[in-house]
Amino acid sequence: MSQSLSQQFRPALVLLLGLTIITGVVYPALTTGLAQAIWPWQANGSLLQRDGQVTGSALIGQAFSGPRYFWSRPSATATLAYNGLASGGSNLGPTNPALQQQVSERVAALRAAHPGQSAPVPLDLVTTSASGLDPHISPAAAAYQLERVAAARHLPVETVARLVKQHTRSAQWGILGEPVVNVLALNLALDELPQ
Amino acid sequence: MTANAFFQLALYLGVLILLAMPLSRWLTRVMAGDIPRVLRPVQWLEHGLYRLAGVEPKQEQHWLAYALGLLLFNVLGFLALYALQRAQGVLPLNPEAFGAVSSDSALNTAISFVTNTNWQGYGGESTMSYLTQMLGLAVQNFVSAATGLAVAVALIRGFARKSVRTIGNFWVDLTRGTLYILLPLSLLLALALVSQGVIQNFKPYQSARLLEAQSYSQPKLDAAGQAMKDAQGHAVLESVSTQTQTLPMGPVASQEAIKLLGTNGGGFFNANSAHPYENPTPLSNFLQMLAIFLIPAALVLSFGQQVGDRRQGWTILAAMTLLFVLAYGVLVAAEQAGNPRWATLGLDQLVNLEGKEARFGIVASSLFATITTAASCGAVNAMHASFTPLGGMIPTLLMQLGEVVFGGVGAGLYGMLVFALLAVFIAGLMVGRTPEYLGKKIESFEMKMTALVILVTPLLVLLGTALAVSLASGRAGIFNPGAHGFSEVLYALSSAANNNGSAFAGLSANTPFYNFLLGAAMWLGRFAVIVPVLAMAGALAAKPRLPVNAGTLPTHGPLFVGLLVGAVLLVGLLNYIPALALGPIVEHLQLWQVAH
Repeated sequence: MSQSLSQQFRPALVLLLGLTIITGVVYPALTTGLAQAIWPWQANGSLLQRDGQVTGSALIGQAFSGPRYFWSRPSATATLAYNGLASGGSNLGPTNPALQQQVSERVAALRAAHPGQSAPVPLDLVTTSASGLDPHISPAAAAYQLERVAAARHLPVETVARLVKQHTRSAQWGILGEPVVNVLALNLALDELPQ
Repeated sequence: MTANAFFQLALYLGVLILLAMPLSRWLTRVMAGDIPRVLRPVQWLEHGLYRLAGVEPKQEQHWLAYALGLLLFNVLGFLALYALQRAQGVLPLNPEAFGAVSSDSALNTAISFVTNTNWQGYGGESTMSYLTQMLGLAVQNFVSAATGLAVAVALIRGFARKSVRTIGNFWVDLTRGTLYILLPLSLLLALALVSQGVIQNFKPYQSARLLEAQSYSQPKLDAAGQAMKDAQGHAVLESVSTQTQTLPMGPVASQEAIKLLGTNGGGFFNANSAHPYENPTPLSNFLQMLAIFLIPAALVLSFGQQVGDRRQGWTILAAMTLLFVLAYGVLVAAEQAGNPRWATLGLDQLVNLEGKEARFGIVASSLFATITTAASCGAVNAMHASFTPLGGMIPTLLMQLGEVVFGGVGAGLYGMLVFALLAVFIAGLMVGRTPEYLGKKIESFEMKMTALVILVTPLLVLLGTALAVSLASGRAGIFNPGAHGFSEVLYALSSAANNNGSAFAGLSANTPFYNFLLGAAMWLGRFAVIVPVLAMAGALAAKPRLPVNAGTLPTHGPLFVGLLVGAVLLVGLLNYIPALALGPIVEHLQLWQVAH
């Protein structure tokens, strides 16, 4: 009843090849065809365009440091922040002195950049995300930066606040996830405002 | 724990059970060869494969032949995946022109995906061509899960049958599991993920023009392309500016779906399910969490159906759920308590957000981490290395319990059934009766196999960790100082030997030392468990099924849930408390001592 190894060689090889073609070629090709037909924008990376040029993705964050823009969360990606070729987190452990130092320095830098701001510093603006590409900040983090951005652009605070509100997404279906603001989309909309 | 933490757990478990019940009936039918009507048009494919392969589907196998076929299939799969990685540089569908993967990394990755571990020593977006991802990694995502499913079904047959010498046909189980369970579910999930923003294309990486130029420093290269060093041997840095962001592309959704449904966990990108192109929204995150537990939960219920007593399935499911809820409670409480060292910084909240995505927050990250390590998935939507000490201990412990809390596809059930045998054995000793489970006498041979299965992974984990921290090449990979550095190594070995695949990713594990050590742990942790399980299946199938009498210990109901949970915790905690004390427990004490 026991089949020898040589008798099992043919089924092993044929099924490996056959299942490779089915799951490795047919399945991804079929998925791609359907995805491109039904949701082409999503399937191609949710790309945002400005003046006919790709200016980023609605899903991938960018680094901002100038006073005229809302800032994203710190990013721990290698070489440069928000490096699309090196997603990843800091992997710093909770007792690592380097983490403590980085968070303290970011708190100090944020306070220095927002001298008129007396609110507590938003936690998400001083901690790195898991992907290093987090496109979002919390509504509190947007509110913290509101006056700085409005002043740098010579805009009424209410105008910028309205824009932030428009770009704030509450929990999905009211129950899933956290309320967030998409930083790139918000900054693109800021640039669209008449100065 | 906040109210939202409770609510999210209840919502998740409720939807999971609602989906697992119909799938369990589907599983029971498919594995018995009764293909549901919607999929009958695909049957020509199944029969065609058998004809080409020379498989007679009605001819069943003795456990030895079953195990031999399984091992041969997996060895061939390993060789094919190794060869593909080494040859990707000259093969098509490689728009970023990645070269061959280094030999030790390719070896590690091939073992990792064949064993359903999906430990990632590499960064996907900078290493693997589209061809390698879909024709190599994704294929093993399917067939390694189908292999686990086959072993579980073979063991179930051992209990359900009486006085026969066969436990099924591996080729048939493998093919049916892939074609009728994993493939249709993956296609549905892949499309749902695309609707949320997961990418699915074969384009080269895209360039985006940043709104704001970004300056950074990078190592200065000399004319020969080598990093320049100054007089002290430090790398010379130069300041550069860029206004371009490169956006990675690829057939992600198709791979993402099976990564979760097959409890594989190997991400298309380095950041895995934290990457917005893999897991863009809270809804995609919820679907991913459901996908991880879906087949393991359905298989447990299917087990009850196949042995003719549904209560047996619900009892196992209750034990798993109890352990899962306890683990989640500790993890989410620890992450919400946060890092006490930040208390004086004037922050708006003190939860632990380092290494977590804003759209998921603490609760969805903690729930995902519990699920992915309770099941042997290993996908991550937050960086476990940056969890609080106790928050990071829970994933470690869940893996060390042997991946039996839902566990991997198939592997979770056969692992838990082995613990069920241990539980009836201990109970039998207490009352002085020969232990029985589902009418099968549990005798010396079954207990030897049980002991083997239960002891293989702790041996691999503890000896491997001891070896790694004793050798310079092992210590060289450690990233964080102090107790956390030890936790990194303990986590890596726990993850590899139990075929989970997640990491405390600070550890630099893509070195020859770790590639070989973890590769060996993954291979033995998979197949040194599967072979004794199949041997046990064969032995059980040959036994008669005894009728229930007044002296039989009922293996359903709250008492047995307690016995089973007790057996799992007894073995797990006795094995691992000393090691955990050196890592997360001491780090927890250090963290909170400074605060007071």
